[in-house]
This record gives sequence, structure tokens and C-alpha cells, in this order.
Amino acid sequence: MSGSDVTRKGVEGERPGRDAVTGEAAGRRRRRRGGRGERSMVPDAEFSSYYGRPILKKPTWKALDIAGYLYLGGLAGSSSLLAAGAQATGRPVLARAAKLGAAGAISLSLAALVHDLGRPARFMNMLRVFKPTSPMSVGSWLLSGYAPLTLAAAASDVAGRYRLVGSAATAGAAVLGPAVVTYTAVLISDTAVPSWHEGHRQMPYVFAGSGATAAAGLALAAAPTAQTGPARRMAVLGAALELGTFQLMKRRMGLAAEPLEKGRPHVMLRTAEALTAGGAVLAALSGRQRGRALATVAGAALLTGSAALRFGLFHAGVASAEDPKYTVVPQRERLRARQGGQEA
Amino acid sequence: MTDSGSGDGLRARPDGGHGNQLYGPQHDVAGAAGYPDSPPRMGFFTDTSVCIGCKACEVACKEWNAVPEDGLLLTGMSYDNTQGLGADTWRHVAFIEQRKPLGGQEPGVSHEDVDVFDAAGRLGTGSAPAGQISPLAPDGRTELRWLMSSDVCKHCTHAACLDVCPTGALFRTEFGTVVVQEDICNGCGYCVPACPYGVIDQRKDDGRVWKCTLCYDRLGVGQEPACAKACPTDSIQFGPLDELRERAEDRVARLRAAGVADARLYGEDPTDGVGGDGAFFLLLDEPEVYGLPPDPVVTTRDLPDMWRHAALAAASLAALAVTSFVRSAGRGRR
Repeated sequence: MSGSDVTRKGVEGERPGRDAVTGEAAGRRRRRRGGRGERSMVPDAEFSSYYGRPILKKPTWKALDIAGYLYLGGLAGSSSLLAAGAQATGRPVLARAAKLGAAGAISLSLAALVHDLGRPARFMNMLRVFKPTSPMSVGSWLLSGYAPLTLAAAASDVAGRYRLVGSAATAGAAVLGPAVVTYTAVLISDTAVPSWHEGHRQMPYVFAGSGATAAAGLALAAAPTAQTGPARRMAVLGAALELGTFQLMKRRMGLAAEPLEKGRPHVMLRTAEALTAGGAVLAALSGRQRGRALATVAGAALLTGSAALRFGLFHAGVASAEDPKYTVVPQRERLRARQGGQEA
Repeated sequence: MTDSGSGDGLRARPDGGHGNQLYGPQHDVAGAAGYPDSPPRMGFFTDTSVCIGCKACEVACKEWNAVPEDGLLLTGMSYDNTQGLGADTWRHVAFIEQRKPLGGQEPGVSHEDVDVFDAAGRLGTGSAPAGQISPLAPDGRTELRWLMSSDVCKHCTHAACLDVCPTGALFRTEFGTVVVQEDICNGCGYCVPACPYGVIDQRKDDGRVWKCTLCYDRLGVGQEPACAKACPTDSIQFGPLDELRERAEDRVARLRAAGVADARLYGEDPTDGVGGDGAFFLLLDEPEVYGLPPDPVVTTRDLPDMWRHAALAAASLAALAVTSFVRSAGRGRR
């Protein structure tokens, strides 16, 4: 125990709130919160830290730019799939909505990504090398192929000219689209941030489902009911994939799941789940209705739910980097397991 | 400058013999990064048992590298007003106050309950009396020990910052160190959350990221880094990593024999999660007490796994979309 011996009152051994103490387990005690029915993922643990300061640097990324990009990239990539399918099966309004959605979302994404750079004028340096070890490098090359395809597809559709080029671009965008959706999960998982890294096996599937619901939501809101049958099914399937793998991810993350269950990220993620589930149900029901009102509400719910998921996960990751607990405790447990309980 | 240090193979390359590009022991880091005839890998051994907390390293680093001032504030938590490594702090001296004697050292007063002959007899046997001697001053105070440690970029064998850098701004030097090229960095910030030690950070008014270069400019002309040069107690030792590791093993053995049972090395092990640090430490308590992660692992260890799952997820998404359309064809359009 550390503390000041020399105080005005002469109090000895009194611990100020920021002790630096001896040993791995001498620090503050983790108190278990009786979260409504949520069972605790790992047993209570004690840990030390350097005056409670974080070990990791929190991401410098701006939430609006990067969480916004995670969302818009998912919306764009999945929309490209819908566009190609709609074009192939003769659903012109759905195809146009999806193409415009993909082109618009990916254009906004590129703007957000450049805006987030510390030196925006140097954005072209992203294409200076190709590194498979850097998901951001892979993503930059992917986007530089994908974005022009979506723009060409949308432009051709709107102008009604160069239809062959437009079809080829639509098909090309549909090939790259799924990769645009799921690589963003690798982008944030490939960091030391506990709540991002520990979900690295399930997060691509969560993002795939979430991207599908967003694209389906946009289509439902923008195209007539007669053409949105595939979008309704995509909403239901995407919601099932997203919600299922999200639960699995939380269960596999150990202590790193805790930031997803606390504070603002918790509210966002719960909202995301409710909106996605509700939106999918409404989407399924909207097929039986003649009017567009229900489909529009379903679409809005799905779009908002997908955005809330990305922002919730983003903020949970930042919170996990800011608290040394999520860095120290799992590593200490790993060490202890490896050393066969010798360090007690 | 070269980009060949980008760890550009996901798997071991059978031809070059430079295995372990992402994880595991890697004896020849410079060679694996593409330097055919590289000098020996250079690094730091920071022996915190002789650190006196003078912060000469912090000052020398700032002066030599022209690192800007980053706020003059009092933290109130200790003598440490620097707080931690960052874009504008490449050496950071941590101060930790503990009520625990330092090994067999006796800074206190009361010797009556200590059998000095017995203690002397046990010297060098490794069974340190650290736990037993807890001298109490007459007024009941326990003893204080003051740990000081100069932290720095670890120059990892498998450096996550370098692996994830999309521009090639971060590169591996011929000395096996990791350096940012400030004329390339576009401030994407990916390296910041990738570092398992929380070392590298973005300079806000500048936009780019900065960290310790292990004085790449000084190394190039055969000089030692500024911090090591300035250290008055040789707590910061600079040299070929192999030599430093030997010296550190010897030092920790001698400290333990002298009764400092807590002494341990941190980051010296080539089989650890980052393949061993180019800058490693002798600590007197658990790493987390100094603000260091107890068992860091380079995030790119799991990258092949991540790419595999991303590819499977992309395929699942495509299949999901096809299913959405195929079913409608079978049942008629709705």
C-alpha cells in the first residue's frame, strides 16, 4: 500500500484513490454488477495498473467518420448485390435504387475516410504500396476498384446509355461488394483494442448480416412492394445472421464483451438489436400490404439499426482501450494458465 | 528508404529461410525485412533497478529529436508529470511508490528483530529475506520503496504498427528498429490502436504519428541514442541485442542472489507474443504496475484467421443474396 505518511492530520496508511501497489493482484477489486440477467463472462478479478492509466492508446479515429464508414461500406457492398440480382431478374426500380444507394454510400465513405486522415492531402499515399498485412491497405485497393464500378453502374442506369458497360460494372460491383462489407470487420479487429480484437472470428459475419439488413432497408424504403420481394427476404436472412452471430461473438469474447454491455455502447447495441429484429418482422409483413407505409417504416428501422450496431461497436472498442482492466486481466489470466498456476 | 520491411508475406517464405513473418521467434529481423548484409540488431536494455528517476533521458530525447513541448501540468499522482509515452514523449520515466522493502536493503531503523548472522548465511542462496524483513519504524510506519523506470518504444520483432501501416511510412531499419517516415505518413492513425503497448500516437496539430526512432540518425553515424548517452547510471544500456540479453541475464541473476527476489526481465524472450522486444527491461514488480501489458501479443498473429473468416463471411453474404432472389424465382414474383 502506498500513501502519504506526512499529512496534516498525521493519518497513516490512508490510501488515496490512486495507489500504485505491489504485485499483480494488489489493485482495485472488480465489482460484479448485477446486470439484468446477464451472467458474468469471467470470474471476478483483481489487477494492478499504473495509477489506473490506460495501457493502450485509444483510437484517434473520429466516430462519425470511421463508424460511419463501417456502416456506409456495408450498405454499399450489400446494395451492389441487390442491384445485380434486381437487374438479372428484371426489377428495374429496385436495381436503380440499389445502384444509386451503393454509389452514394461509397462516395460518402470515401469522403469520410479522407476527412479522417491527419494529412488529407496525402490520401494518395494509401496506394503507394500493397500490403496484405494491413487491412487498410487491402481496403484502399478494394475501394479504388469498387467505387468506380458503382459510379459507372449508377451513371449508366440513370443516363440510360452504355447499357453493356453498365451491366458489366453492376456485375463487377456485386463481385467486390461482399468483400467491401466484410473486410471492415478485419479492419477494426486487427488492432490491440480488446473489444474489437477478441471478436475477430465472428465480426465479419455480424457485419455481413448488418450490411444485408441495411441494403434491404434502403431498397424497401425506395422501391415499390411488387419489386422488393428479394429485399424482404434479405432483411430476414440478414437479421438472423447478424443477431445470431452477434450473440455468439459476445459469448466468445470473454471479459472484452463487458464494454458492449455497459453505458452508451450498450444502449446503442440494444437499440440496434431491437431495430433490426423489429425491422425484419415489419419487412416480412410489408409484403402483404398494398401500400408502402409499412415497408418504409421497416426500411428506416433496418437502416438505423445497422448504423447503431456499427457506432455501438465502435464506442465499445474505444471504451475497452481506455480501461486498463480489459488489457491486463485477460493477459494475466492467459499467463497464469500458461504457467500452470505457479504465479498466484 | 525501403518498404521491404512491411512483413509482406502472410506465411513463412520457404525460399529465403526467413520464417515467422507474423509471429514467433525471428532471429534475423533485418534479413527478413530484405537487408542482405545488415549490422547486428541494436536495442535497449533498461535496467530499472539502477534508475534514479532523473529524467535526463526524457530531456535528452526531446532535445536531440526536437520533440515539441506537450503540456506542462502537474498530475498530482507522483513525480511523474509526463504521464506516458505518446507522440511528443518518446522516453517516459514512471514513478511508483510502494510500502515494501527493496530486497534485503534496510533503509529503516529497527534492527533488533533481525538475526544478521542468519541473514548473512543465507546471502547468495537465492532465498531472499525480502518478505521477512519488514522493518517498522518506531512510529509504526512501514518502509517505502520507490520504483522508477524509463519506458520507451519496444521496437518489437513483430511490430503491429509496422504490419498495419497502409502507406509504408513505418519501416524496419537495417538495425532491426522500427521508424516512421514523416514525409510519407498520412495520419491514418491505424498504428495507434494496433500497438499492444500504447506507444505510438498522433500529434494533434500535425496530423501525423510519431514515436521513438531509437535515434536512427545517430545510429547511422555510429553513435548511441541520446537517452542512453545521457543516462547517468547506465540504467539505459544500448548495444547489440544479443549482447544486451546476456548482460541482462547476468544482472537479474546477481540481483536475485543479492535478495531482490522481485527482479525479472520483461520483453527479452524471443518466444513471447511479439517475438521479443528490441527494447527490453529489468523490472522489480509485475509489468502492469509500471503500465506495461503483462502478456502482449501482436494483433497480426491472428490476421490469417481474420482474412479467412472475412472471406467466408463474404461468401455467406453472396449466398444469402442469391437465396433471396432464387426463392422468388421458384415461387413467382411477389
